[in-house]
Amino acid sequence: MRTTFLAGAAALALIAAVGTAEAQQKLAFTSFGGAYQEAQRKALLEPVAKELGITWVEDTLTGIAEVRAQVRAGAVSWDIVDLGLADCAAAQSEGLLEPLDYSLISTEGFDKMAFDTHWIGIIYYSTVLGYSTEKYKDKTPLGWKDFWDVKGFPGVRSLRDYPTPNLEIALLVDGVPKDQVYQVLATEEGVQRAFKKLDEIKSHITVWWKSGAQSAQLAKDGEVDMLSIWNGRLDTVIKDGAKFTYSYDDGILSLDCLAVIKGSKNKDLAMKALARMVAPDLQANMPLYINYGPTTSKAFETGKITPEMAKISPSSPDNAKKQLVIDARFWAVHRQKMQERWDAWKTR
Amino acid sequence: MASARARAGPDEPEAAALARDARRERRRALVLAAPALLLVGAVALLPTGWLFWLSVIEGESFSAAHYLRLIQVESYRRIFWTTFEIAAVVTILAALLGYPLAYWLSRLPERWANVGLVLVLVPFWTSLLVRTYAWLVLLQRRGLVNRALLDLGLIEEPLRLVHNWTGTVIGMLHILLPFLVLPAYASLRAIDPAYLAAAASLGASPVRAFWTVFFPLSLPGLLAGCLLVFVLALGFYVTPAILGGGRVLMVAMKVQENAGLYLDWGAASALAVVLLLATLAMFALLARLVPLERLLVSRS
Repeated sequence: MRTTFLAGAAALALIAAVGTAEAQQKLAFTSFGGAYQEAQRKALLEPVAKELGITWVEDTLTGIAEVRAQVRAGAVSWDIVDLGLADCAAAQSEGLLEPLDYSLISTEGFDKMAFDTHWIGIIYYSTVLGYSTEKYKDKTPLGWKDFWDVKGFPGVRSLRDYPTPNLEIALLVDGVPKDQVYQVLATEEGVQRAFKKLDEIKSHITVWWKSGAQSAQLAKDGEVDMLSIWNGRLDTVIKDGAKFTYSYDDGILSLDCLAVIKGSKNKDLAMKALARMVAPDLQANMPLYINYGPTTSKAFETGKITPEMAKISPSSPDNAKKQLVIDARFWAVHRQKMQERWDAWKTR
Repeated sequence: MASARARAGPDEPEAAALARDARRERRRALVLAAPALLLVGAVALLPTGWLFWLSVIEGESFSAAHYLRLIQVESYRRIFWTTFEIAAVVTILAALLGYPLAYWLSRLPERWANVGLVLVLVPFWTSLLVRTYAWLVLLQRRGLVNRALLDLGLIEEPLRLVHNWTGTVIGMLHILLPFLVLPAYASLRAIDPAYLAAAASLGASPVRAFWTVFFPLSLPGLLAGCLLVFVLALGFYVTPAILGGGRVLMVAMKVQENAGLYLDWGAASALAVVLLLATLAMFALLARLVPLERLLVSRS
């Protein structure tokens, strides 16, 4: 009896030891799958695996809900997670993330909106004004002001069914300078001003799109003539032959972040890996695989990104300065309230 | 039965043996039904109770905050209104379309009626999502319907058939129509044609015979179908999300948003509870008009 017990305990200890040894070399990375995660694999994960001598275990998620589920259940199996902008800030304030070790991570070349204590931006994408080249042959819309000009640019329009970035866009159209948009939006008058501007366009919006795929379909089928759309989605549709185009004038820059999930079993190693992933030389690999922009301007100085690639990149210095950067912190705080106002406004 | 009676001794009266048999039968039936009952209890009743619990808790204590919010935030009132409005319109249209169809099928020889019923059922074999997207393809600006109408010169500008209230109602009506036709058909089929013959022999015109004899007899089946359609319509999520163009907000969509996006289970639960109670109230109202069993089983 006693010997069996001892043998069992020894076996368990052995399993535990082997388990830890193995865990030290493995890191779990979770992102949104598809072409995006494949690009991350080639651009970021593979070089980091070589440098640090680790293997990656990959998984996919759809948003903050799964991160919450793991943390609250105390069953954390991920280390580094990729989240959308508002989720990054919300996850930080909900205590779902480990604080980042900025003695390891360099934020050189980052916009101050592009990182926080618990998360750091990994890609930029842009909400742009996409328009049909068939419908607007001679006179092309040059920015959101033209989107609001229903007489000068008649046509079927679509916007995203979500408060952001529509409130920001409305304020831009109403003449608020880019650097003051969030100051204005932080006040009740500012919010009312944005909704009042949206009132003007409301009856001309045929579709309020919900998902990126839906917006792509609207452009592809010629269901609308003009819409707000993420640049990556529109790139794909244009490649498929849709007669659409866009520019980064007045674009709204948004980002995805990387973070270390609270209770990660390999926290220190995850910090090291994350520090490498956001470094300019690895971020500069991303545009080779997918047209999302690096979050550090230093990436454009590595020589990896050709002038042609920079020209179409949402975050190249030339394109970035034409655009507004979304404030994740603002939306983490105001998201639900704004959503209710948005619904009320839309159903009015 | 015969063997059971044989086992009952000669002293035992036959009635008692029958009663015992019936009890045994009920017990057996209970055992057979037990897995389903446990399943319903575990996956439907318990979570519903939990849902209710969440809806009256705010932080650590009891609170009506989640319900007050439904009243105070104007969007929720509108969303409830839209939900009931759409459910009602879909139900009425389904009755107007479905009843004549069920009537016609019930008058056909059985063989042809079966063919008709299979055709009614065909949409069930395709996923709801696929059918909803099919409507999108048909109804959109450059869709089949608009193209055909444009080519025929009937319209000059494409009609706005989808991404709005109209598209949502069309899509939901198509999906829900079988739920009306089937119970209505069963009830219509069960009406003895001799009643109509009797009415005719007493001098009633066919129209009069229909309205005074046939229609009242068919009402339970029709109402059962209407109830099914209405209740199912109240919970619709996918179809309004795809065909509503972001304009048609129904309660189920807000439940998802509150729970999935904002982790506000209290708000989501309160929405669900109100919808559930409203549905039960509808049910109770109808049950007063028609005996519940007849509504649900829909035999005439």
